[in-house]
Order: sequence, then C-alpha cells, then structure tokens
Amino acid sequence: MGIGMIALIVLLVIAAGLLLVILYVIGTYNVFVGLRNQVDNAWSQIDVQLKRRHDLIPNLVETAKGYMKHERGTFEAITNARAQAMGAKTVADAAKAEGALGEALSKFMLVVENYPDLKANQNFLAVQEELSSTENKIAFSRQAYNDQAMFFNNRIQMFPSNIVAGIFSFTKRDFFEVSAAAEREAPKVSF
Amino acid sequence: MWELIRINKRNSVLLLMLMAVCLLGLGAVIGMAIRGPDGGMLGLMIATGIWVVLTLISFSSGDQILLLASNATAVTHDVHPQLFNVVEEMAIASGLPMPKVYIINDPAPNAFATGRSPKSASVAVTAGLLAKLNRDELQGVIGHEMSHILHRDILFVTLAGIMLGSVALLSQVFLRGMMYGGGSRRRYSSGGGKGGGAAAILLLIAIVVAILAPIMTQLLYFALSRRREYLADAGSVRLTRYPEGLASALEKIANDHAPQLASANKVTAPMFIVNPFKKMGQWNLSDLTSTHPPISERIRILRNMSQGASLKDYSDSFVSVTKSRTVMPASALTKEDIALRQASAEAKNEQKEKQLRQVGDIMRKVNGFVFLTCACGMTLKIPPNYAAATVECPRCHTEHNVNKT
Repeated sequence: MGIGMIALIVLLVIAAGLLLVILYVIGTYNVFVGLRNQVDNAWSQIDVQLKRRHDLIPNLVETAKGYMKHERGTFEAITNARAQAMGAKTVADAAKAEGALGEALSKFMLVVENYPDLKANQNFLAVQEELSSTENKIAFSRQAYNDQAMFFNNRIQMFPSNIVAGIFSFTKRDFFEVSAAAEREAPKVSF
Repeated sequence: MWELIRINKRNSVLLLMLMAVCLLGLGAVIGMAIRGPDGGMLGLMIATGIWVVLTLISFSSGDQILLLASNATAVTHDVHPQLFNVVEEMAIASGLPMPKVYIINDPAPNAFATGRSPKSASVAVTAGLLAKLNRDELQGVIGHEMSHILHRDILFVTLAGIMLGSVALLSQVFLRGMMYGGGSRRRYSSGGGKGGGAAAILLLIAIVVAILAPIMTQLLYFALSRRREYLADAGSVRLTRYPEGLASALEKIANDHAPQLASANKVTAPMFIVNPFKKMGQWNLSDLTSTHPPISERIRILRNMSQGASLKDYSDSFVSVTKSRTVMPASALTKEDIALRQASAEAKNEQKEKQLRQVGDIMRKVNGFVFLTCACGMTLKIPPNYAAATVECPRCHTEHNVNKT
C-alpha cells in the first residue's frame, strides 16, 4: 500500500466526518426553526385568548345589566379595565391591565351570587361558561408557552446543539411569570 | 415530554413489527401445513396481502370505522359548550390542534380518542360521562385522551387492533378448516410432498402456532396498552395540574352501575379510558389479559401525588404505590418544577339533577329536537316529528311558531 493510498483513505475519512457534521448542523438548525415557530405560536395563542375575553365582556355586561340595576360601579370597573387592557401599548402595561381586568371579573362574579334570577338566566349561563372557559384557556396557553419555551431553552443550552444555536443566534425565551403568588394557582376564577 | 413521544413512537414501530412477524410467520406455517414445504411462500404472500389491505383501510378510514361502530355523533360547540370548551382548553394546554368532538348516546360513562395523527384526531365521550362528571373531572378525562393523542397512541391502537384482528382471523380460519376437512388435505399434501411423517409433524407445528400466535400478539398488545394508560394518566395530570380531577372521575366511572357500553367490542376495548367490559377483572390485580391497569391502582397513584404535576412526580408516586419499577423511560423524566392547583370553585357546588337534565337535552339536540324559549322562562322541546306549525306554552299559553330548518 503506497503513501498515496493512505492519504486517500485519510482524506475520505475527513470528508465523511465533515459531511456528518454538516448534516448534523442542518438537522439541528431545522429543529430549532420548528421549535421557535412552536414557541411563537404558543405566544400568539395567549393573545388570541385575551382578545376573546375582551370580546365577551360587552356581551356579559349587556346580559347582566337588566338584572343588576344597582351595581353600576361594578360594571364601570369592568368596562374601564377592558378599555385599558385593549389600549395598552407595552407588554408590561398589557400584563398589568389584564391582571386588573381578571380581578374586576372575579369581583363581578362574586356580586352575581346575590342575584338568583340572573344566575338562572340561560343567556347569562352561556356567557358565564364562555368566560370561565376563556379564563382557563388564558391560563393553559401561558402554561403551554412556558412548556415550549423551556424545551426550546434546554436545547439552546445543551451540548452539542448549543454550538448550532450560537452560530445562528437562536436566543433563549423568557418565561411568562405571573406576578402575584396567588395567581400562580391559575386556572382559578371564582364563578 | 418530547423524549417520551420519541420513545413511544419507536416502541410502536417495534411492536407493530413484532406483530407483523407473528402474522407472517403464521401465514407461512399454515401454508406449509396445507401445501407442503412449497406452500410456505404462498401462505406468506396471502398473509402479507391481508395485512397490507387491512393496514391501508385502517390508515385511510380506521377512525371513521371505529366512530361509526361506536354510534358516535359529531357535535358542535352549540350542542354542549362545556365539553367543547374543555376539549379546547386541553388542546391549548398540549399545543395540539383542536380535535373533532363526538358524543356517544350511552348511559355508561366512558371516553376514547382515535385518528391517524394529531391533525386528524377525534375525541368521543358518552352521554353518561357528561351527566356524571363535573368540570374538573371532565377536564381530567379529556386530558387523558389528549395525552393519548400527544403520545401518538391513537394510530398505534388502531394499527395494533387491526393486526390483532387479522392474526385471530387467520388462525380461526385455519383451525376450523383443520377440524372439518383436515383428513383429506393431509392426504393431498403427503401425495405431493416428501413423506407422510414430515407432513404430519409440519401440521402439528402449524396447529400449535395457530393456537399460540393470537395469544402471543394479544399479550404483546396488552402489555403495551396498559403501560400507555399509566402514561396517559401522567400526561393528563401534567396538562391539568390537578390529579384529583382524574382520580375522582375514575372513581365515579368505576362505581357506576349503568349497564356496560353497548357498542364496545374486543377490538375497540383498549381505546377507552376504562375497560368497557366490567366483568373482565376491573378490580383484581395483575391480570395478564387485561387491557387496562386496575382502576383502584390508577386512583391510588393519582391521589398519592402531592409534590407536583410533572411526569417525574407521577413516576415517583407510581413507584411508591405499586412497589415496582417505573413505567416511564428514564430519559423522559427530566426534572420539572410544576405546581399543583386547587379545585375550581364550580366543581365544588355540583348540581346533579341539573346536569342530568342537560344531558337529556343534549341527546334531544343531537336527535333533531327544536328548542324554543318562551318569554315566561319555559323551554319548549319540540320533537322532530311534531307536525303542527305552532305550539302553545303550557304555562302562559302564548302561541309560538315552530320553524323547522
């Protein structure tokens, strides 16, 4: 066996190794893109559910108004909180306003307990089911976002995929932290 | 979670291949027994043919066949908003697309999921389940079904069920044929083959294989489908963060006295959340032929969870309750800090009678009843065969137009 032969074999081995590395990088890059899309998708799901809550509130107020003539303060609190949440410009503002809206709704539902006629109204029950489900969906979409973000972050930090993440600058996502400790016990709005 | 899906997929492929080997081996042995050594190839080809056709059918429309066989009716949001919402909540929590929702008109509480992939999945629940469970419990059950979809169990159950069916069919046909016409075939094959002795031995082997193959495939199937039930329970807790919901749902289902599900059969049984055949050992332990783990054990594991809602917490609870090795692959048990939550307020004040009346109404809506709400608060439920154009409210005697659409 001549030196040329050995050199050829060495070259082939190096080429094969390089090919494997390139294939790995391509594969990992695609995995990262897929994961990033999943995380973004989960994030937009939160917005979808928050918007749905905004849409349901006029309906709720309209149904309940006729029965609760002496609760103008409660209605105003909800309508104002909704207007603020819809008008929020920054993410921090939105988070704060949505929290306030959730609280206003909880208070409203406590007041409803004093109106048995309203609680027996079919339309109100339907809106109430939609609203309580929307609260759950908001909590579950945050939960799903955190799950996806955690998996994405783990892959970014773990060896050897962290090298690929570094080359193509995939960066870690922040978790959705609920501020108040009480709200961590999420899907829980008293209806 | 994602590790678990990957491992589950691999196990499914492995199991299906093993079952295929059983089926093809059975075909080859039967062929040899009937036509001598040359018949092996023919038998193999026939068995492959049966397998391919059945697999194609189950791939293209297996879920539709199963739903049809269970008498399930597709429902929209209007028919049962709560069920629809709970399914949507679990779909969001698991990050999967919204499955189709079906209701089975049966008083026995049960549920199943089916479909080829998460994109074309369906979830079916019985009317009895809706009547008996509160929101938290329903969420636990739907979370369990959603986990089956997430873990890619649904395709596996369909394919494995079809495979099991074809192995059973093949061995049945062969054994029946042996019983009635065995003598003449043996003479025919020994005339063309090498000698009577060898053919007789081959025949004996074939009979033994034909008896053992269905049992073998069934045991393989049961072993894995039981494990998947535990995993789906763990997945449900991870989605809902509330083990008590599923635990108390399972308890209600186990203590239910309704007659067993009418439309369930041996092939569809492993799909349901609890075994629809009550007599088949629901409460006794370590039954090899049971497709589901004992409910009492599943409840104990769920109630024993107090640390958190991650897969690892379920696995720890499983180990301490059953005193056996964990059912979960070690690589799936990454440490996750997931807190449990409290019961929702709605679940605390259940209204039994109201729930039962609602389910009656659901079945009426599914069956084409028209609902009219009178100004006095009375709801009129008009059957589809009501002929007159107007109806009088029995309380306030207002006339209503019945517009059928």
